[in-house]
Amino acid sequence: MATREAPPLPKTPAASGAIDAATARSWLGQMLLIRRFEEKAAELYSAGKIRGFLHLSIGEEAVSVAAIAALTEADNIVSTYREHGHALARGLPPGAVMAELYGKANGASRGRGGSMHIFDVGRRFYGGNAIVAGGLPLAVGLALADRLRPRPAITACFFGDGAVAEGEFHESLNLASLWKLPVLFLCENNYYAMGTALDRHQAETDISLKGGAYRVPSVAVDGMDVMATASAVRAAAEQVRSGAGPFLLECRTYRFRAHSMYDPELYRSKEEVEQWKRRDPIALFRARLEGGGILAAAAIEALDREARAVTDQAVAFAEAGEWEPVADLLKDVYARELPCG
Amino acid sequence: MGEFRMPTLGADMVAGTLTEWYKHPGDVVNRGDIIAAVDTDKGSIDVEVFEDGVLERVVVEEGQKVPVGTLLAVIGSGAGAPAPAAAPSPPAAAAQVPPPTPPSAAAPAAPSPSAAPTAAPLPPAHGVRASPLARRLAADLRVDLTGITGSGPGGAIVKEDVEAAAARGGGDRSARMRRAIAAAMAKSNREIPHFYLATTIDLGAASAWLAQWNAAHPPAERLLPAVLLLKATALALLEFPELNARWEQESLQPAAEVHIGMVTSLRGGGLVIPAVHQVNRRTLPELMREVRELVQRARSGTLRSSDLTDGTVTVTSLGDRGADAVFGVIYPPQTALIGFGTPAERPWVVAGQVVPRQVVTASLAADHRASDGHRGGMFLATIARLLQQPEGL
Amino acid sequence: MRMTYREALRTALTEALSADPRVFLMGEDVGRYGGAYAASKGLLEQFGPDRVRDTPLSESAFVGAGIGAALGGMRPIVEVMTVNFSLLALDQVVNSAATLRHMSGGQLSVPLVVRMATGGGRQVAAQHSHSLEGWYAHVPGIRVVAPATAHDARWMLPAALREPDPVFIFEHAMLYPEEGEVGEEPGPLPLFAAAIRRPGRDVTVIAHGGSVGKALAAAEQLATEGIEAEVLDLRSLRPLDDATILESVRRCHRAVVVDEGWRSGSLSAEIASRISEGAFFELDAPVARVCSAEVPIPYPKHLEDTALPQPDGICAAVRGVLQPAQAAGAKA
Repeated sequence: MATREAPPLPKTPAASGAIDAATARSWLGQMLLIRRFEEKAAELYSAGKIRGFLHLSIGEEAVSVAAIAALTEADNIVSTYREHGHALARGLPPGAVMAELYGKANGASRGRGGSMHIFDVGRRFYGGNAIVAGGLPLAVGLALADRLRPRPAITACFFGDGAVAEGEFHESLNLASLWKLPVLFLCENNYYAMGTALDRHQAETDISLKGGAYRVPSVAVDGMDVMATASAVRAAAEQVRSGAGPFLLECRTYRFRAHSMYDPELYRSKEEVEQWKRRDPIALFRARLEGGGILAAAAIEALDREARAVTDQAVAFAEAGEWEPVADLLKDVYARELPCG
Repeated sequence: MGEFRMPTLGADMVAGTLTEWYKHPGDVVNRGDIIAAVDTDKGSIDVEVFEDGVLERVVVEEGQKVPVGTLLAVIGSGAGAPAPAAAPSPPAAAAQVPPPTPPSAAAPAAPSPSAAPTAAPLPPAHGVRASPLARRLAADLRVDLTGITGSGPGGAIVKEDVEAAAARGGGDRSARMRRAIAAAMAKSNREIPHFYLATTIDLGAASAWLAQWNAAHPPAERLLPAVLLLKATALALLEFPELNARWEQESLQPAAEVHIGMVTSLRGGGLVIPAVHQVNRRTLPELMREVRELVQRARSGTLRSSDLTDGTVTVTSLGDRGADAVFGVIYPPQTALIGFGTPAERPWVVAGQVVPRQVVTASLAADHRASDGHRGGMFLATIARLLQQPEGL
Repeated sequence: MRMTYREALRTALTEALSADPRVFLMGEDVGRYGGAYAASKGLLEQFGPDRVRDTPLSESAFVGAGIGAALGGMRPIVEVMTVNFSLLALDQVVNSAATLRHMSGGQLSVPLVVRMATGGGRQVAAQHSHSLEGWYAHVPGIRVVAPATAHDARWMLPAALREPDPVFIFEHAMLYPEEGEVGEEPGPLPLFAAAIRRPGRDVTVIAHGGSVGKALAAAEQLATEGIEAEVLDLRSLRPLDDATILESVRRCHRAVVVDEGWRSGSLSAEIASRISEGAFFELDAPVARVCSAEVPIPYPKHLEDTALPQPDGICAAVRGVLQPAQAAGAKA
C-alpha cells in the first residue's frame, strides 16, 4: 500500500480560555451522544437494520457541536451526507434520526432518505445532500432569500475537503461574495475526499487560502478542539451576521472510521489513523474539563451513560416505527398530483 | 323517400357486414340494381335495391357489422341528393363513422357531404378489437374478423384466434357457413315434425324425350335431367300448395309462386340454396339457363340477396353423388324438401316383363304440421305422372 | 473461465493498459482506493500513478480532460463513480464530446471511453440510484453500451477502445459481484449488436444491463406456466440494434420492454416506438413496458424494490400481453 506522511496538523493554536460547566456539560453531552449514536449505528448496520451507505462522523464530533452552538434557531443549516452529528447537534430528536437510518416512517424524512438525507425544515436543517458540493449553491440561495425577504439570519453550509475540488465550491464562494450574502462556509477538512488524500486532490492544501481569490475572509481552525472551533465559528458567524458577506472557516479534523461503513482503507495507514486518534476530540475535551476542574469524572461518566441511554431510546423508537405503506410509493414527488402525471 | 335496410338473407341471419358500397351518394339507382355487398355467415352476397331513385345518403359504412333491419342508406327522389361530384371526405372521415343505427332509430339529420363520406373502403372489420398482426393475417387468410371471439389482451382478436378460425374450415367464411347450416338444420330438426315418403319413378319416357331433344339442339341448348325434375316438381306443387309454403307463427302461409331452392354444394365446402324463380312458369330451356347461371353465381360468391331469400320449397338432387335416395331436412320456414337420388338403370316390370329402365327415387320430407302422408304420397305420384309426359313439361 | 463482473472489468482494464501505451485510466478513487467498486484495484501498483490517476471530485474537469486527452492522441478511460455524479460532467459530454467531430467538420476525433456505475437496488437512495443511461442514449455523437454479463464486461472495453468516437459504458452497480463465464475471445457479437440471452417464441422481453438477469429470472418463472419468453439483451443503447429487436418481435409477435429508467421519455419509449414503426403488423398485442416508478428512488428496501422493475412485474406484464385475464390487472 502507499505510504505517506501524516497530514499536517492545524496550525492554529488551541484556544484557551474558560468555559462554564453548563456549556461544557452541553457540548460534551452532545459529542458523546453523537459518538455513542454512531457507534450504535455501526452495530445496527452490521446487524442489517441499517442499509445503503452509512457515513460516520466519529472523530469529527467537535466540529458539529461547536459550529452549531454558534448558530441561532433562525439560522439555516445545509449539510452533507455525513450529517448525523450535525442533525443531533441541531437538536433533531435522536429517535427521528435513528428511525431515518432504519428507513421507518417515523424517521426525520419519513424514511425516504436514509442516512444521507436527513431533513428537518422546522429546525431549518436542510439536509442531507449526497452529491459532493451540491449543498453549496443551495446555501447561497437560502441566504439570498433571507437577504431579499429580508430575514435576519445566516446560513451555515457544511462541506468536506472533497467538495473544494468541485466547481460549485468556487462558483458559490464567488457568488456569495459578489452579492455579499450571509453564508458561513464550514469546511470539514478530514483530509480525504473519500479515499483520495487532500494533497492528491488539491494543489493548494490550505483550503483557508482559497477564499482569498473570491475576497471571502477565511480562517483555519483545529477541528479536534471543540473550544477553539467554537470560538472561531462564533467570530465568523458574527462577522457574517453583521452583513459583511460570507466567511470561510476551515475546520481541520479527521474521521476515525472508513469513508462509508466499510472500506479496506488502502489509501491511508493504520499508523496515521492511530496518530489522529490520540487527538480524539472527546478525549481532549474531557481531559481539559477534568483537568480544569470544570466537570468531575463522575459527571462525565453520567453524561456518557445518558448518551447511551438516549441512543438506546432512539433505537427503540426506530424499532417501534412502521414501514411506510407501499401504496404511498409515489407520495411527495410533487406537492399535488396532476392527472397527466 | 325509401329506406335501404340490411336485408335478412336467410332465416338464421341476425346480422351482416356491409363490405362494399357499389353505389355512392348521388348515384341514380334502379330497382334490381346491385348496390352493396353484404358478408353473412353464409358468404358474400350482392344486395339489390327494390326501388328507383337516387342514393342520397349512406348510413352504414363499409366494414360495419349491423343487425338485420338496420338502415343502410336512404334512397330519395333525387331532389335532395348531393351532387355526384361531392367533395371527397377528408382522411379523418374514418373517425367520424357513425355507430350502427338500430332498426328503430329515426332518420339521422339532414344529409351533408361530411356525413356521407365516400372515402376509400375502410379496412375490413373496422371497429373490431384486433391486433395488427391478427388484421394482417386475417387479410392474408381471407378470414373475416367480425365473427371471431378474441382471446388476447382486453378480448382482442390475436393471431391464434385468426389461425384457429382459418383452421376450422379453410377460411372463416366456410366455417361460419358450416355453422350456419348446422344451426338451421338443428333448428329444423328440433321444431319441424318431419315425415318421409319415397317412390321410384320410371324415367324411361323422360330419358327418351331428353335424348331426342338434345340430339336436335346445339350443346348450348341441351338440357339436363334435373330441369325436367324441377319443372315436374313445380307443376306438382301447384296442386299441393301446403308443400310450397311457409310455416310461420303457427300457421301455414302458401306461396303465390313456386321458387325452388336448389341445394348447391360449393367447391370450398359448405352449401347454399339459391332459388330458381317461378319454375312453374318457365320453359325447360329457360330453366336450364337459369340453373346454369345460378350455380355459377353461387360458386363464384356473387349471389344476390333475392337468390337466397325467395325459395318457397327446396329440391336436393344427389344426381351425381351415387346415392339412391335422400331424406332431407326441411329448410325452415319452408314445409317440404324434395329429394332425387341418382338416376340408374334398374330391372323394371312392364306388362309382366322385367325390362331394364332408367329410374330415380324421389323422396319427400314434409312438415307434418302442414301436410300428411296421404297428401304427400299423392304429391310424389303426381311428379311421377308428370314425368311420364315430358313433352308437356 | 468463471469470474465476477468486477474481475472481468479489471482483466479488461489490465489488458488495455498493458496493450496500448496511449491508454490511461482516471477517475475518482480509481487508484489508491482501488475504485469505488474495486474494478481498478491493484492497477495503480501495476501501472503507476501516471497511468492510473486519482482525480479530485471534479467531474466536469476530469471528464472534459479525458475529452481533451483523446483529442491529443491518447486513449483515455475515464471512470465516473456513478451516473448521478456524471451529471456534473454532462456539459462536457453533450456540448463537447458529442459535438467536436461534427462542429469541426470532421477534423476532430474523440476516442474516449467513459465508464460509470448506474442503477438502483442497493438502498443508496435518491442521489445514487438512478438509471440515466437512456439520457446518454439520446445524444448523437456518442455511443452507449451496457454490459449485462461478465463476458461483456470483459470484452466490451477493448472493443470500445477501438472505436474512433466516445463510448460510454454503463455498468449496473448490482452486477459487480455477479459471477459469470468469460470466454477467451470477444465472440461473434459486435460491440453494438443485441444478443438473444434466452430463445423463446411467445414474447420478446427486451432488457439491458441489470435488468437482463431479472428478465431471465422472469422467463424461468414463465416457463413453468408454459410461456416461452425470449430474452433480448440490448447490449448497445446507442445505436440500438433494430434488426435484432425487430426480428425477434416479428417472431414472437409480442414485446415487453424492461427499463430501469423512468417510463416517461425513456429508452423503453424509444424501443416501443421503433417496434411499432418497424413491426406494427406483426404485433399481436400492444408493447408493454416495465419501468421504474416515477419517483426518486426511496431508501427503504420495500419501497425501493417496489420502485424498480422486478421479475414478478415482468411476469405480470408478459401475462398481460398474452392473456386477457391478466391484462385487466396489469399496470398501466
